[in-house]
Amino acid sequence: MTVRQLANNEGFEALALPEEDRVIDGVYIGDLLSWVMGRAKADNAWITIMSNINIVAVASLADVACIVLAENVSPEQKVIDMANAKGINIIKSALTAYEVAVLLSKNN
Amino acid sequence: MDDLLKFTYAVDGDNFTSAGQASVNVKKNLRQLGFDAETIRRVSIAMYEGEINMVIHAGGGNAEVFVKDDCIEIVLTDNGPGIANVEQAMQEGFSTAPDNIRSLGFGAGMGLPNMKRYTDSMTIESEVGKGTKITMKVLL
Repeated sequence: MTVRQLANNEGFEALALPEEDRVIDGVYIGDLLSWVMGRAKADNAWITIMSNINIVAVASLADVACIVLAENVSPEQKVIDMANAKGINIIKSALTAYEVAVLLSKNN
Repeated sequence: MDDLLKFTYAVDGDNFTSAGQASVNVKKNLRQLGFDAETIRRVSIAMYEGEINMVIHAGGGNAEVFVKDDCIEIVLTDNGPGIANVEQAMQEGFSTAPDNIRSLGFGAGMGLPNMKRYTDSMTIESEVGKGTKITMKVLL
């Protein structure tokens, strides 16, 4: 599934999709940034409720396909601007982290 | 051994939101030089953890990246408070980061362990009250 296809699901909203054709391979869920950086794999969808600006750098360094902000967590505009500038996809979802992961599992 | 290339960055200690710019920049440069994805990932994550440490604990510092024949070397230097007990600081989960840093998702005591995990060698030279110098190598 591509990042765009995920964002098109009901209950999802694309906040920044500079690389919308990236294909999602696997999921990582976590909020401790150092932990995520050390464990997430390239092309994972990273599901988190952390929304501060550092998530953009973490996503870039870990090379994840996208950040999915669960449970309608909303970042500040500067986070979205930075994501667009750095080529990082951010999607917001009304679902819980678990529900997003289940949806991705069914579609992969 | 000659350095084939050197990148130097000043890490701004007052600006936590811009932390990571040096590592993201290094990642971009290494990608342009054609290094493999795993090497780039290891170098940039190790460097980012170091950058964050310098911002949290030392009021900033300097980061240098040397591209050599056989390795990529990262040297992080700061004039911060130093590390009183390096062995303790190397333990996963040990952290002296304040609560406001933890609320941002850092300060989990993973920084130095991650830096060691992602590099082939890491040396810490630190003196309390003077500062810290960390040298990391990722072999090619």
